[in-house]
Amino acid sequence: MEIKVKYFGSIAEETGKAEETISLQNGISEVQEFIAFIFKKYGLSDEGTVQIAVNQVIQSEGRIQYGDEVAFLPPYAGG
Amino acid sequence: MNNKKTKKVFVQGAISPEKIADSIASHQSKTEIGAHSIFLGQVRADLVDGKTVKAIDYSAYEEMAEKEIHKIREAAFSKFELTCAHIYHSLGKVSTGQVCLFIFTSSPHRKGANDACQNILEAVKTSVPIFGKELFEDESYQWKKNEDIVRNRT
Repeated sequence: MEIKVKYFGSIAEETGKAEETISLQNGISEVQEFIAFIFKKYGLSDEGTVQIAVNQVIQSEGRIQYGDEVAFLPPYAGG
Repeated sequence: MNNKKTKKVFVQGAISPEKIADSIASHQSKTEIGAHSIFLGQVRADLVDGKTVKAIDYSAYEEMAEKEIHKIREAAFSKFELTCAHIYHSLGKVSTGQVCLFIFTSSPHRKGANDACQNILEAVKTSVPIFGKELFEDESYQWKKNEDIVRNRT
């Protein structure tokens, strides 16, 4: 069960990569569980400001499924 | 209306004054238009802890950003009296004093153009995944965060 994960801005800097493929095991499939898993994996700090997009739609709950694209987005700075 | 299709949003580097002038010129043939509204975002030389910003290096989740901007345009067309709307944002490095955001709305009347321009601007700032690294003169940097951001968590 593979998930494509993308990182942007300050988060990409912290993870040291722009994207990766992660195999979901151990029942990790809820959005919040997945966020916690990634934050722990990379020792990320600022969970309060990060937004998650699942298949390019902002989402804070629900289930992550095989083939999904999950993006970790720091605060926006457009304009 | 041909304004429903997804348009190219991102420009590499600064948005040139020539591009803006050409956009204005290209609307002279659309004589149903009576009012244009233009917003230009320019990179400001902020002073942070004694250091001056010299440029912003922009990046984006491009696929999602283009979809979000498409939605913003669609919403503006349904909400305001609009003839056309153009939205461009820079990617990569833009120096202070250069333009990084260009919003251009046109309408038969001033209210449609003005209101749509303002509405699009606020939406671009709050709901489009664009990220900016503020580069200081001494080569250090900090990540820019838009203020007053409205989180649209679902």
